[in-house]
Amino acid sequence: MGRIKLFLPLALFAVLAGFFIKGLELDPRALPSALVDRQIPHFKLPDLDNPGRTIDKQAVLGSPMLVNVWATWCPSCAVEHAFLNYLREREGVNILGVNYKDNVDKARVWLSEKGNPYRFNVVDLDGRFGIDLGITGAPETYLVGADGIVHMRYQGPLDRNVWEQKIKPRYLELLMGTK
Amino acid sequence: MRRILLTLCLFWATSAYAVIETYQFDSAEMRERYHVFVKELRCPKCQNQNLEDSNAGVAADLRREVHRLLHEGYTDDEIYDYMVARYGEFVLYRPRTSGVTLYLWLAPAMLLALAIAVVALIVKRSRKQIDDTVVASDDQERLNQVLSRVQQESDKS
Repeated sequence: MGRIKLFLPLALFAVLAGFFIKGLELDPRALPSALVDRQIPHFKLPDLDNPGRTIDKQAVLGSPMLVNVWATWCPSCAVEHAFLNYLREREGVNILGVNYKDNVDKARVWLSEKGNPYRFNVVDLDGRFGIDLGITGAPETYLVGADGIVHMRYQGPLDRNVWEQKIKPRYLELLMGTK
Repeated sequence: MRRILLTLCLFWATSAYAVIETYQFDSAEMRERYHVFVKELRCPKCQNQNLEDSNAGVAADLRREVHRLLHEGYTDDEIYDYMVARYGEFVLYRPRTSGVTLYLWLAPAMLLALAIAVVALIVKRSRKQIDDTVVASDDQERLNQVLSRVQQESDKS
């Protein structure tokens, strides 16, 4: 018994070290989204492409999609834009854009210059829908099922690594489920 | 002279951290509630600040939401629910006593109980050691008696 006691500090150290190593890998700023496994909040917002028309939640459901929150004032959005184009063109991914607290004229110019990867784009001028989604900034991307259930949220610019490793497997599952 | 005056002006400068925003309130009571909310709600973007201190866009939006909800007649609980539904328990600087946060509330009491138990154990042990030494001194006395008796007997013979 006395011998075993001697190793107690070492065991304690090992446990602490384990926690610290785990802590190195965790991103302290990554927040779990309160929306995961719940319905995407209801919205009815102006269509960026057709001023005067509105788009509501029912109009966009029916197949799995990404909901991408973006703005022209957001540098990371410019970084991820090319990858969104790739997703739309090569992988046929259905993307709903949420133009977040932006200038709509600038947003239209941006899309005509850089290409438009979005099937629909809604305008969230005052950021109310952004708050309903629980976003903290742009860009943010949600994986939403055909039934409107949010399966995943990713904060920051999408790129091939994130897509292939984190989102695509789940997206393919959802795609299989609807067929 | 002008330089000195200008330099002295630097000492006049004070820093202001408050976010400049003006909101109108229907009543002093509502203003009071607003200030409680922006102090107790955490900014989701800059995680170690509350809504009041933060300049992040989302914090400004959330302050506006709090203001709007208050004017729409939401109760305090409804406003907390509204925020938690969107940003999770994380946004509350004063977590509610339910579910996962129960551990958070109970942990200090449990740690205190543990600490008391450990201290009690240590005290009990050291008491026992004192008892041991008391017994030892009793033994010592008896030993001395036996020794002196042996001494006397050997002297006699």
